Amino acid sequence: MPPAVDTLRRTPLFDRHVAAGARLVPFAGWEMPVSYEGVRSEHLAVRTAAGMFDVSHMGQVITSGVDAEAFLQHQLSNDVTKIATGGAQYSVLCNEDGGVIDDLFTYRLGDRFLTVTNASNHERDHAWLADHAEGFDVSVEDAADRYAMLAVQGPEARAAVGRIAAGELPERMRTATLTVAGADCLVCGTGYTGEDGVEILAPPDHAPELWDALMAEGVTPAGLAARDTLRTEACFHLHGNDLSLDRTPIEAGLGWCCKLDTGFIGSEALQGAEPAQTLVPFAFTGPGIPRQGNSVHTEAGEGVVSSGTMSPCLGLGIGMAYVPVDASEPGTPIEVDVRGKPREAEVRAKPLYPPKKES
Amino acid sequence: MAESYPEDLKYHAEHDWAKIEGEEATFGVTWYAQDALGEVVFYDPPEVGATVSKDHAYTEVESVKAVSDVFAPLSGEITAVNDKLGDSPELINSDPYGDGWLVKVKLSDTGELESLMDADAYQKLLSS
Repeated sequence: MPPAVDTLRRTPLFDRHVAAGARLVPFAGWEMPVSYEGVRSEHLAVRTAAGMFDVSHMGQVITSGVDAEAFLQHQLSNDVTKIATGGAQYSVLCNEDGGVIDDLFTYRLGDRFLTVTNASNHERDHAWLADHAEGFDVSVEDAADRYAMLAVQGPEARAAVGRIAAGELPERMRTATLTVAGADCLVCGTGYTGEDGVEILAPPDHAPELWDALMAEGVTPAGLAARDTLRTEACFHLHGNDLSLDRTPIEAGLGWCCKLDTGFIGSEALQGAEPAQTLVPFAFTGPGIPRQGNSVHTEAGEGVVSSGTMSPCLGLGIGMAYVPVDASEPGTPIEVDVRGKPREAEVRAKPLYPPKKES
Repeated sequence: MAESYPEDLKYHAEHDWAKIEGEEATFGVTWYAQDALGEVVFYDPPEVGATVSKDHAYTEVESVKAVSDVFAPLSGEITAVNDKLGDSPELINSDPYGDGWLVKVKLSDTGELESLMDADAYQKLLSS
């Protein structure tokens, strides 16, 4: 039996999910839609048209004050000074050992920074940031209750949102405050599917109206299951699977967002690190579905699957795995032990879908 | 398809059905089981000749999010498997009592039949 429903939190869109026929499941303390019509059709709607995900369970932290930039520079792995006003940046939050507490998007909104957290890590992230604020003239506010959040993704997503928004949508990795379906929203050119699109942070009481307007524009509701298959095809990390306190961002292939000379917490532990394993995408060459925790055998040694699923676009089992660095080149054959059955696979280049065009 | 539990089948509490034809039976999962699983995206049939034991898992079906064991409603030896499911595992969802059948089994103990439920008793179990 699932945990008692009355202990789970509901987003402002709960009634809309029920009306759309959602299958609801407990996720990170929330009662969330895992699918509506079906994961395949939702996945393909995002790849070929437009889908929307209620991600109101994700958290927000607002950092303000004269030291806000200096404070975040000390916390986040990326170079926060490079975020232009209205810009977005991806980074990780590390502990002193270089373990990953969470991965985050941070937006610079005038004199404040808005950081979006993963639902299951939100309270820990906020506590970590608040605990490290001593000595900085900053305010670190838990703003999770101030926003509902809808991700609208797919090749037709911008057009659909554009028809109900007053003004130009922000470019990729940019934000803009726009009136969308009748209320001011923060629109961000970001996402988690590998498709173009936007994420809309809306006042919670406006979320149902926004949802209805997007439904009327033909946007397909999509659930957590499709969100996971889409992000796995795109090779985006999921904290708790591909990122954890036990792995460094260098191992996870996120060295590009770790600017060690900024002196962020954990940067000393990462200096000169030469990890034995690295995170790679892979695809099965035969039948089967890899699952998190499956062991991986390579000629260079053992590894482990961190994310695995069936790719609706490729029709193959796909995933990401930590493997020995010497087995990380695309094309390297690997074997995944799926509950006792050896399954053939090969290391692939990022992203798994859409495949990179040969140049 | 709409929820249904055909009268000509026998049911096991783990949400499996058996269609009995003399000393042979066809096994599958019920409408309730496929609905709870969600879309089945992978099924790896067991070997013909393998032995199955009543109340024990004999194969597994996978949806996008989860792997689920399938339990044998009766004991015996597998004489045929549904090869169509390799390419079209979604038949388990769309036609659980027809093209979505899983295995055919030569029964080793027809006395076990008494332990199975008819359609009425199974639906009572579902609503309890």
